Amino acid sequence: MKMFLGLTLASTLAFSPFHALASTLRIAMTTTDVPTTGGIPDNGSEGGRFAGYPIYDALVNWDFTDTSGPAGLTPGLATSWSIDPDDERRWIFNLREDVLFHDGTSMTADDIIWNLDRHLNENAPHYDRVQAPTYRTYTGQIASYEKIDDFTVAIVTHEPFSMLDYLISRVFIVSPTRFEEIGDWVQFQSSPSGTGPFIVEKVTPRTSIELVRNENYWDETRIPKVEKLVLMPIPDSNTRTAALRSGQVDWIEVPAPDSIPSLVGAGFNIVTKPYPHVWSWSMNTTDESPLNDVQVRRALNYAIDRDAIVELLNNTAIPAIGIYPPDNPYFGSPEHIYSYDPERATEMLSEAGYGPDNPLRLVVNLPTAGSGNMVPLAMSELVQLYLAEIGVVVDYEVAEWGVVLRNMRTAAGTAGEPHRDAINHGQPFGDPTNLFRSHASSQFPPVGGNWGLHEHSEIDRYLNELITIFDPQEQIEVMAKAHQAIVDQAPRLFVVHDLNPRALSPKIMGFDQAQSWYQDFTQVWIEE
Amino acid sequence: MLEYTLKRIAYTIPIGLAVSLVCFMLVHISPGDPIDSIVPPDTPTEVIEQIRAEYGLDRPLPVQYGLWLSRALQGDFGESISKGRPIGPDLWVATKNSLMLAAFGATLGFVIGCVLGGAAGAFRDSWIDKLCLGIALFGVSVPHYWLGMVLVIIFSVQLNLLPSMGMGPTGPWAWDWDHLRFLVLPAVTLSLIPAGLVTRTVRGLVSDIMGQDYITTLRGKGLRTSGIVLHVIKNAAPTTLAVMGLQLASLLGGSILVEAVFAWPGTGMLLNNAIFQRDLPVLQATTLVLAFFFVFLNLIVDLAQTALDPRMRRT
Repeated sequence: MKMFLGLTLASTLAFSPFHALASTLRIAMTTTDVPTTGGIPDNGSEGGRFAGYPIYDALVNWDFTDTSGPAGLTPGLATSWSIDPDDERRWIFNLREDVLFHDGTSMTADDIIWNLDRHLNENAPHYDRVQAPTYRTYTGQIASYEKIDDFTVAIVTHEPFSMLDYLISRVFIVSPTRFEEIGDWVQFQSSPSGTGPFIVEKVTPRTSIELVRNENYWDETRIPKVEKLVLMPIPDSNTRTAALRSGQVDWIEVPAPDSIPSLVGAGFNIVTKPYPHVWSWSMNTTDESPLNDVQVRRALNYAIDRDAIVELLNNTAIPAIGIYPPDNPYFGSPEHIYSYDPERATEMLSEAGYGPDNPLRLVVNLPTAGSGNMVPLAMSELVQLYLAEIGVVVDYEVAEWGVVLRNMRTAAGTAGEPHRDAINHGQPFGDPTNLFRSHASSQFPPVGGNWGLHEHSEIDRYLNELITIFDPQEQIEVMAKAHQAIVDQAPRLFVVHDLNPRALSPKIMGFDQAQSWYQDFTQVWIEE
Repeated sequence: MLEYTLKRIAYTIPIGLAVSLVCFMLVHISPGDPIDSIVPPDTPTEVIEQIRAEYGLDRPLPVQYGLWLSRALQGDFGESISKGRPIGPDLWVATKNSLMLAAFGATLGFVIGCVLGGAAGAFRDSWIDKLCLGIALFGVSVPHYWLGMVLVIIFSVQLNLLPSMGMGPTGPWAWDWDHLRFLVLPAVTLSLIPAGLVTRTVRGLVSDIMGQDYITTLRGKGLRTSGIVLHVIKNAAPTTLAVMGLQLASLLGGSILVEAVFAWPGTGMLLNNAIFQRDLPVLQATTLVLAFFFVFLNLIVDLAQTALDPRMRRT
């Protein structure tokens, strides 16, 4: 009896602290540490998702209201923007007039200029020497900027660049007043001030970020329904799953695929949605690799059974036969729709001169893990098996993600680098400028991300046209043309699109996953 | 004793220097680049070179080592590359957290090991001996991160009695059950290896001492069992302490996997993260501090052993 009482007491004590937090949403992230909270979040897109949009706004935000298609842009701190009719390089942003920073000060054009100085003006006293360079991908197109009046600013790009609004969506606006009070960017991260729907209450390095509702958020439809949002970094997927199942968190990012059936069995909700992402091989198309032959590249694309890979992933992915899925307006109408057709693949390979007597051998660089890379080892073994069926021998060169990233920045065939026929990785394409940066021939490393040095006149024509078109409908048409040419030229082995799985406690209500790397936490509430 | 102590302390200086050099070199000869983990994948190389220069990573290695060591000796470990914040405070908090976990794990392991080992040694070749040795063998053989996951499944997921991860409610640590219960599973998991090792050591020592002539003499003189046990403890203590001291040091740094399983924010997690992010300054500082703990605990063990058993001073 005593033991029974002891156990009861222990379990009551064990339960108590978790149940006192009714209106607190606790999320386990996959990052190894809390993302930096000072307005230049690290940890890639996950950093933007958790330490970017909840705390801050950019001039242009992502639209999470329509979740039926890929998320698009929506006015943020700018109510509207347009191109100067006299100069295609000059963008005019009209600012919202009723916005308060978390510290109570009002946001005006001076603050936007001050924030751009933080990123780009090396002579400004508050230039962020450490973090600003890490955002050059987003700010590198900006040549100059100026205040027009208290609520209007102009930003000028180096060349006409029609997709500046996508890039500027990652430039978060922080409060100059708070920075002046604190005086340095490292300390600023402990009590930052933005304009977003959540206010930072407390940052505990490596443990949590605690956010509270911003009652004065300018967009009344997005004042958070929960009082508090707690974000915890838990890099190990088993630990995340255990934390969810033991009730320590309400929501986990990316459960391990093999834990999904048991989570579903225990009553948890698995949320998946397509978003612009592709898990693929970037192929070396220089003369040094057999993959410079388009027939060979297409043959590989016909050789793999994508449905089997999806099954391996417990349906947390969908087959990829392009960078975008066929129902995306950017997909276009390519000639080659890559089905699983090993006979056709073998035939194409033999036309290209490969067969049992002369097997095709490939060396492929592969990361062990990393943002967006899903479960690379298991997936790659399956790809290897399918390619073996058509007589292709794949040697994987497995490396840590940081090493693979470095390899991707050194163009294929560069002297001194070991020979590689492809690099495997997962890549986001929600921002259409990614297509340009990965496939235009002007974007060979070190300038851009076209690692395999693929060059094709048609792709170049459309991509170069794309960045000079300002009409959204026309942009879609040209994107589709560029994309269909990319599918037909197959500079990649397209494998799957990630579905961005997350597991939620059944108490979580109101979450409608956007087709984006970023998500809206303001509409979520917890039902007791 | 004073001379011996000073000599032992003097030895730690060259050891410390060698350790710092090895830490520095190990980190620099491994592949990968810290800058890659902080910039987006398609960042131009010239920007990366500019950031490398900001961090001084473009300088010759001996220069980097010299600068690093002179700053580290003044307690300035520099800034984390991935976070931009000073390493010192993070490392201090992580070391405290790990020390707490390691102290609990080691104490638990020590107590379990002494009980099991003492019983096994006293009842040599009986079923008690076999049972205790079986448990010890399990302790040293089973991968402790695996055991950690099993404990989580049983006590957190199934029974919902104990938390599965973290260090407790947010806010500062307090010595109450709300916080202490977060220590239970990781400490038990961590205690397994020292428990196994101590069991085997104590068993060997006890059965050896019990067979010595002077124990027979003591018995012959009519000393009670409790008195004999005191003699056994006194003779077994130096070796057991040595084993335990080194175990405590290795628990402090060797709990990377256990800290990862339980998301315990100690030095193991700090190292784990630093490795994944190629955060060289954090990696160097953490390894250095852990290595110094090892050297320091070794010194303490040596001195304690000598104090307990003056014969050691001559060896």
